[in-house]
Amino acid sequence: MSATGIGAAVRRKEDYRFITGKGQYTDDISRPGQTHIHFLRSPHAHAKITSIDTASAKTMPGVLAVLTGADLAGDKIGNLICGWMIHSKDGTPMKMAPHPAIAHGKACYAGDPVAVVIAETLGQARDAAEKIEVDYEVLPAVVDPAKTQEAGAPQIHEVAPQNTIFQWHLGEAAAVDAAFASAKHVTKLDIVNNRLVPNAMEPRAAIGEYDSGTQNFTLWNTTQNPHVARLVIAAFVGMAPEHKLRVIAPDVGGGFGSKIFIYPEEVVCLWASKKVGRPVKWVCERAEAFLADAHGRDHVTHAELAFGEGGKMTALRAKTIANLGAYMSTFSSSIPTYLYATLLSGQYDLPAIYCEVDAVYTNTVPVDAYRGAGRPEATFVVERLVEVAARELHMDPVELRRKNFVKSFPHQTPVIMNYDVGDYDASMRKAMEIADVNGFAARRREAEKRGKLRGLGYSTYIEACGIAPSQAVGSLGAGVGLWESAEVRVNPTGSVEVLTGSHSHGQGHETTFAQLVSERLGIPIENVSIVHGDTDKVQFGMGTYGSRSGAVGMSAIVKALEKVEAKAKKVASHLMEAAESDIVFKDGQFTVAGTDKSAAWADVALHAYIAHKFTGAQLEPGLKEGAFYDPTNFTFPAGCHICEVEIDPETGSTTIVGWTAVDDFGTIINPMIVEGQVHGGIAQGVGQALMENAVYDKDGQLMSGSFMDYSMPRAENLPPLKIDTTVTPCPGNPLGIKGCGEAGAIAAPAAVINAITDAIRTENLAMPATAPAVWAAVRAAAPALAAE
Amino acid sequence: MYNFTYHRASGLRQATNLLGKLDEAKLLAGGQTLLPTMKQRLAAPANLVDLNKVEGLSGIELQGRALVIGAMTRHAEVASSPVVQQAIPALAHLAGLIGDPAVRHMGTLGGSVANNDPNADYPAACLALAATIITTKRKLIADEFFTGLFETALMPDEIVVKVSFPLPKKAAYEKFRNPASRYALVGVFVAKRPSEIRVAVTGAGTSGVFRVPAFEEALKKRFSPKALDGLGVPADGMSSDIHGGAEYRAHLVGVMAKRAVAAAME
Ligand SMILES: Cc1cc2nc3c(=O)[nH]c(=O)nc-3n(C[C@H](O)[C@H](O)[C@H](O)COP(=O)(O)OP(=O)(O)OC[C@H]3O[C@@H](n4cnc5c(N)ncnc54)[C@H](O)[C@@H]3O)c2cc1C
Repeated sequence: MSATGIGAAVRRKEDYRFITGKGQYTDDISRPGQTHIHFLRSPHAHAKITSIDTASAKTMPGVLAVLTGADLAGDKIGNLICGWMIHSKDGTPMKMAPHPAIAHGKACYAGDPVAVVIAETLGQARDAAEKIEVDYEVLPAVVDPAKTQEAGAPQIHEVAPQNTIFQWHLGEAAAVDAAFASAKHVTKLDIVNNRLVPNAMEPRAAIGEYDSGTQNFTLWNTTQNPHVARLVIAAFVGMAPEHKLRVIAPDVGGGFGSKIFIYPEEVVCLWASKKVGRPVKWVCERAEAFLADAHGRDHVTHAELAFGEGGKMTALRAKTIANLGAYMSTFSSSIPTYLYATLLSGQYDLPAIYCEVDAVYTNTVPVDAYRGAGRPEATFVVERLVEVAARELHMDPVELRRKNFVKSFPHQTPVIMNYDVGDYDASMRKAMEIADVNGFAARRREAEKRGKLRGLGYSTYIEACGIAPSQAVGSLGAGVGLWESAEVRVNPTGSVEVLTGSHSHGQGHETTFAQLVSERLGIPIENVSIVHGDTDKVQFGMGTYGSRSGAVGMSAIVKALEKVEAKAKKVASHLMEAAESDIVFKDGQFTVAGTDKSAAWADVALHAYIAHKFTGAQLEPGLKEGAFYDPTNFTFPAGCHICEVEIDPETGSTTIVGWTAVDDFGTIINPMIVEGQVHGGIAQGVGQALMENAVYDKDGQLMSGSFMDYSMPRAENLPPLKIDTTVTPCPGNPLGIKGCGEAGAIAAPAAVINAITDAIRTENLAMPATAPAVWAAVRAAAPALAAE
Repeated sequence: MYNFTYHRASGLRQATNLLGKLDEAKLLAGGQTLLPTMKQRLAAPANLVDLNKVEGLSGIELQGRALVIGAMTRHAEVASSPVVQQAIPALAHLAGLIGDPAVRHMGTLGGSVANNDPNADYPAACLALAATIITTKRKLIADEFFTGLFETALMPDEIVVKVSFPLPKKAAYEKFRNPASRYALVGVFVAKRPSEIRVAVTGAGTSGVFRVPAFEEALKKRFSPKALDGLGVPADGMSSDIHGGAEYRAHLVGVMAKRAVAAAME
């Protein structure tokens, strides 16, 4: 391993500019003549818009335009779409309601844009927005996914009777019913997977600019996937043909999924820039983000796990209601279906699984992918069921897991996924050692002496990453392919630019991708730069989410590098006057086998461009190659997280006193970056488990609409994390990478809740396990505790 | 934020005059409450009178048997002051629990008591320590100063100048934080004074900071956490929100009171 190659803990190249304040985020960009836009949002969760009077707002100082949904419709700007088709059990397609970028006729959630003001300054835009008179006829609202399908519930969209988008299922109901009928034991759980607000450090932002000379549009946008944004805005919204729209994602400060989607605001900025003839800028405010960014999770589930003799799992069934909010966001339909139910086998050899999912509309902010996207929900169902079952069966949760682990690979689950490789027991054994599980009983006794309740919880999770084989996802309804592209451009001096269709918004691609190139070409990491996030520079790409950049994006780079090496060998053969088959390339040197002839990488690069040693008939000049890589399977990162908690029974406060994570991510490019990804993921998972919660009142007002009421995890909520890995390289891609971006958020919630319920000896506890919730659970369970 | 006119007062008299003369004028201290509400357009004072350059409003001094702290003294100064740590360690501890470092370096004692947020920490200290709030017009004892949710006895052109805290024999503050805002979900300040015991509760009550006479009497008989066994406050009158119901808050008042007594005895 070289100091900067694969496996080295190289410091992040991008951090210099971030730490010195030189990052260029969308808000740092000012365009000549730029104007500012303010979105007037519906204060009501559900209301008819009977009239909008913009006359006095238009006369306010600095105002350039006041626009409404009627103007948008008048200009024939298309609706936002959900790009993944799901069919119900009965074969009918999902009920996608129209989603105009500005509400027209009706507002469907508190925060739905109803009008915009474009003005010289943001203050002027806001002042004018206060002069817009909107008459609302307030309608009853429904926010609870478990109630929205009831007869008599307010009807949100005409196309979706009973607010039901689809009733989907996966698996074999008959096989599952049979297994349950003959089960020796059945464990049942009712689970609410709490709704989360993403809260990336950088709020979303957009600048739309129209050039009337060329009729070209440019969008600077906080997006995780600029090409997909361009495709949707061109092909579905119909703003401009694809070649007339450039999307630039400059530095982006975190996304966690929330910046995948194509939102109203960027569409409106583009449209408005043509209307006013000047660039239009929007920067989301923090409080506005609570209403403008797609939320995550929000499932209500009943799940059951059946066992045969001796704790052998025989079947699992689950019925989930997934809240998709007021409109279907870009990928919302895929999250509670193919990214959820397909993982319900967990790490276990489960012969039969059946899952039903109803996706529903409510008068709430749209819900879509959020770090983990479907897989945290699945892991929570499976890992809670297993832990509870162990307690009910009076078995050691470790033994129960071990007994049921998938042990031979490849393994076909009953829910589509084909696990390629893994060693689940290895991760669990290592984690138990690091967590000193053997010493737990003594630690528990010691805590009891101090009046504290101590608990230990496991989460042996699995996720499907490296999203995704295009043909496979196409057969499941995806509107796009999920390959990735790369272009490797070697300059005449030997330095290299890599253009990738994946996108970094915190992941560190500029470092890890450069490590790959440094290792393969034997050149210093400083001589490599990574280019991403601009549709005019980068060939098409699918962006970054689903832990795909390493497994899919880097695989594309490997393919392009192989082509570059092959071409460079041809150049070297002309340069050194040797047969191409005799050229050996190693550590940045080309040699001719069996001789002392050699040429350095930079010499060969130069000769590729000056083309003095070969004719055009022999070889094309230049050294630049592109590749598209389409994976053949998902990747399956898996591992074991162990959480140890201490609970103050008097207040219900939970302190996480120990955390061990042993993950199998396959090949690791940069262990420091991987560790950072795991840390962040665990923090988010702990946030979900202990404190984060988007709470609506019955009228559809978001009660936790700012950081004063929405609790984010802080450093003090986490103990020092003990992170380690086991490695079974992924056989499906050239580098053996599985992906690590989501693991922490997927594993953590179940580990926390399993630990708390172990401590308080009751399963009756929902997320987030806030102090009052734990206190109430402890009180309810007090008799059981007292009896011990 | 709406437009407003900014006035920098150089003395208390000038600040008082500006307050009296100007329309919709408000004092600006640390700005930690006022500025966010103005940014969100929830408050729209036409005039701001800045106290930050007024001489003599800031400082910590031991005057006989009382600790006197100027209105513009920042929470961070109180938290780190050796004088406070020596005289009333519970008060230094309390100041160090307010918000986060940025808030503590801007927020002021005067702003906090004038604002009388039902979840703020200082009102509990003032009430339990039987502090006197000294204004440009008069001296008010804490029991008269705090009159309800975000309500005080201050008149529109009256300015808090300093607060005088009589030294207790023993005191402690126990705070159970709201996990989101870090204000007190429940905070209990217990003070053993030469003549009496006071227990003041913030965060929990529907009408702001309050005392608990039943706890005070029990502690007067015996200053020990055990003295509070079996005693509680009724859930009635406790506030209830997404961070905790009335019953939970009522329960926490008892738990935090016991812990405060235990801490005061250390
Ligand atoms: C994120 C955050 C967390 C916080 N957490 C806590 C917490 O945990 N505990 C807590 O107790 N507080 C907390 N606070 C409040 C903060 O600590 C301040 O005490 C509070 O904001 C008021 O003080 P200030 O100096 O900022 O006053 P300002 O915001 O400047 O003023 C507040 C009000 O008081 C008036 N005023 C100010 N000074 C005087 C005076 N001398 N005489 C008369 N009227 C005056 C002003 O006109 C205004 O109406 C928090 C604030 C924030 C932003």
